[in-house]
Amino acid sequence: MEALLALLIGALVAASVYLMLSRHVVRFLFGLVLFSNAVNVLLLTAGRVRWGAPPLVPEGLEVPLEAVANPLPQALILTAIVIGFGLLAFALVLSVRGVDALGTADLDAMRAAEPRADAAAKEPR
Amino acid sequence: MAADPHDAPASRAARLSTGVGIALALAAVVAVGRAQAGLLSGSSRLVAWTWFPDLGPSLAFHLDGLSALFVLLIGGIGALVLLYSSRYLHAHPDVVRGQIFLTLFMLSMLGLVLADDVILLFVFWELTTITSYLLIGFENEKPGARRAALQALLVTCSGGLALLVGLLLLAHVGGSFRISEWDVGVFTAHPFYPAILILVLLGAFTKSAQIPFHFWLPNAMAAPTPVSAYLHSATMVKAGVYLLARLQPTLGGTDAWFYTLTVVGAATALWGSLQALRQTDLKLALAQTTVMGLGILVLFLGSNSALAAKAAVTFLIVHALYKSALFLVVGIIDHASGTRDVTLLGGLGRAMPRTALAAGVAALSMAGLPPLLGFIGKELAYESALALAGWPFLLVTVLVLSNALVFAVALLVAYQPFWGPPPDPPRTLHPAPFAMLLGPLLIAGLGLAFGLAPSFTGHVLIEPAVSAVRGLPSPVSLSLWHGWNAPLALSLVTIVLGLGIYRLRAPLVAATGAIAARLPWTGDRAYDATLVGLQTLARIQTAVLQGGSLRGYLATSFATIVVAIGGVLAVHRAFAWPTGGESVPPTAWAVAVLILAGTAVASVTGSRLAAIAALGVVGVGVSLLFLIFSAPDVAMTQLMVETLFVVIASVALLRLPALRGPELRSRAGRTRDAALGLAVGSVVATLLLAVLTVPLDPMLGDWFVRQSVVEGHGRNVVNVILVDFRALDTLGEITVVAVAAMAAYALLKLAPPATRPKGDRR
Amino acid sequence: MSSLILSTAARLLVALLLLFSIFVMLRGHNEPGGGFIGGLIAATGFALYVMAEGAGAVRAVLRIDPRKVAGLGLACALAAGLIGVAAGETFLRGLWIELPSGKVGTPLLFDLGVYLVVLGGVVALVLALEEQR
Repeated sequence: MEALLALLIGALVAASVYLMLSRHVVRFLFGLVLFSNAVNVLLLTAGRVRWGAPPLVPEGLEVPLEAVANPLPQALILTAIVIGFGLLAFALVLSVRGVDALGTADLDAMRAAEPRADAAAKEPR
Repeated sequence: MAADPHDAPASRAARLSTGVGIALALAAVVAVGRAQAGLLSGSSRLVAWTWFPDLGPSLAFHLDGLSALFVLLIGGIGALVLLYSSRYLHAHPDVVRGQIFLTLFMLSMLGLVLADDVILLFVFWELTTITSYLLIGFENEKPGARRAALQALLVTCSGGLALLVGLLLLAHVGGSFRISEWDVGVFTAHPFYPAILILVLLGAFTKSAQIPFHFWLPNAMAAPTPVSAYLHSATMVKAGVYLLARLQPTLGGTDAWFYTLTVVGAATALWGSLQALRQTDLKLALAQTTVMGLGILVLFLGSNSALAAKAAVTFLIVHALYKSALFLVVGIIDHASGTRDVTLLGGLGRAMPRTALAAGVAALSMAGLPPLLGFIGKELAYESALALAGWPFLLVTVLVLSNALVFAVALLVAYQPFWGPPPDPPRTLHPAPFAMLLGPLLIAGLGLAFGLAPSFTGHVLIEPAVSAVRGLPSPVSLSLWHGWNAPLALSLVTIVLGLGIYRLRAPLVAATGAIAARLPWTGDRAYDATLVGLQTLARIQTAVLQGGSLRGYLATSFATIVVAIGGVLAVHRAFAWPTGGESVPPTAWAVAVLILAGTAVASVTGSRLAAIAALGVVGVGVSLLFLIFSAPDVAMTQLMVETLFVVIASVALLRLPALRGPELRSRAGRTRDAALGLAVGSVVATLLLAVLTVPLDPMLGDWFVRQSVVEGHGRNVVNVILVDFRALDTLGEITVVAVAAMAAYALLKLAPPATRPKGDRR
Repeated sequence: MSSLILSTAARLLVALLLLFSIFVMLRGHNEPGGGFIGGLIAATGFALYVMAEGAGAVRAVLRIDPRKVAGLGLACALAAGLIGVAAGETFLRGLWIELPSGKVGTPLLFDLGVYLVVLGGVVALVLALEEQR
């Protein structure tokens, strides 16, 4: 079962890398979203998965009667999702301001901080 | 006439900083003076506090004859220089800064000569470098001062780095960080000896301005004159000499030590004295003779004979006294007449008799005339040079020539400005306050007093230091009169030669200038070339590694992942297919297909809205996966974030330019990126598959499940981990969330409204 | 994006979502839920309200700057940790007291802090984005 998830993660990573290498800043952001998702599922998978057994203790007991899913990766992922959202929001705002200031959404043209030494050097790839 | 700023009363802070500095200096002198009686018998004092008990270094200090001599020089000259500079910098707006830096330097230098632990020694060594940097750059609005400060910092710091490695090797070989615990016999035969020697000498030679690192010292004259007098003649530049003296019992006695120190010292001495003659700026002339003096000291430390050690220690005192006194005199001349150019000065003796007196006495010591301590020092130097094995003839020639040149420079500094023909028209003079006169008078007077009381000087000051340098008791008795012997004859030759050089100065300067102009390479130019080279290297490296293109960075990072992780996986043939585990529930298949479909649409669509919707599908799919695989909390979080993403995307993402068709990338670019994406995806999947074949240690997860109710009083294990067991992590994470939100908020609210260039694309 | 239906529904939905978010946060220690989820639910409610009524209306309803809410949340979480220190234990040590209605402990205060940080941070961001338009 985990093998299926590994392949799914591979596909998500491949698509997100493809998008993040795009020249359009919006596609880059889409890639970032996919990458977060891929990493979160990867964390879950690496901690081994189990279905139908959430890490909850039944009322009145001190420990669950049967084996439950590994709670530690879940705690990590939960915060990772929220932080990933914060990162995405920040990247989004940065992109909006960047596009406003530079008048372009082409990442190859967004070079205010590190201008190309030889501006006419490279053809669009 | 407007009120002279020099006459205004000192500010409270200035008086306080001066007072504290002088009090500390005098305290050091008094404390060591009281201990000196015990040091005469060759004993020493050790104190140590723990510092890094697990790593070895300790706050260990050691007072022996050598450190005591240095402490007396540092503290004694320090107190007088602080007093002097409180008046010299009186009208300067940053006088307090200067006084504090001087005091900090003094404390660092005291720490350096007292440290017994090599790590502690290195820390103080670097502190003197840093305070020296701050003091050379005191006039930080002058580009020349900044360049000189940086040059001194870079040269001495590079040497300092070498020294650090050398000291660590020494500690390794010696088996202790404490110099006093070393068995001095084990070093010279050790295979590390050549490396240690090179590294330590690099540190000492850069600090003490030996050829080829001598060039920073004359440039350091950009510092205020009291700083030059204190740091760059009497104390800091002697740190390298101190180190060589301190390590001579450990590293000395070999041919490598002897020849390196002798040759470098002799070359430095000759070069410095030749350069000194060419200067018209009095301060630069003195600085070049400091280079000469440092060369002489290094030269004598090369030999481990008692005579050479005696000559070195005596000359150390002689040089510190006359050089700091003359620097302070030059400061007074500068302060009084507004110039240090010897060609513009003359006839000051009548107006400034006390300054002229101090200058005269100090210069007599510099010239090596009786009955001053300088005479004794020079006689010892000649005696020692004549006795040295090897090629004394060459060595003696170098010494006589250097001393004759210095003799001429002494006349230049102390005779020409005071008794030479006055300039026309005469310069208006600004009288120096007594606080500035006290230092040079007292220091020059000490040179005379020590010369008149040779047995006291030899027994109380020099003998303990010589014993410490040689590592064995070495009785010293000095006298002014040695009878008619070879050193005296050499002294007479020196004086005659020196007078001749002074008379023939102009043609000699022209001749040496012509030679110097033909030199293909000077240290200063090599320094500049090194800096330019470093910058070029940095530019090339930046162009390669940081081209400024986000896509370039990403592609590099991803390619590195493929090569590094993929390479390791391939080498270890870590291709595995995990077997066992639970079967796949049919819903999971359906969700996986959903996610793949959303991913595919998001990757290729040319419409923002379609992409947002597709990403929403992926997010909900992932959320369902979490739900299926027993993670309800995660699933709920993911679902809420997905909802918020759609909200924010609809507000902000649609403000960004439309995708306008499928791609900006060319077909070849897309193919390449897709290949890289597939490679990264394959590496991640392969890695994960390999990880999944390794059994997971369930200890942590099980512990949390078992303790959740018992310790955390909660039945939702995930929540208990978040708010109790691992609450510190969560605290960090919500801080990150808050900071990210504030940063985004600031970016939106506080940045000035951007002026959009033409071609608005909204 | 003013729509009569959305605007009418939004008021009701915001109230419901807020109530629900508090419920989810409080029960989080024993059932699925907690501060992160509760905060996100509440933030979603306000985001909905922003879309329906605009940023000004939300600021008026909130009365308090959402950034201060986030700051308050951090303060709650820190306070929860410092209570442990004040009681002579380590920082962030969970301490519980028995009340007739159940147990109350510092982790609940901590979870409230998480709730407020997430709520304040996200709402501040949504408001700023909306006001930029």
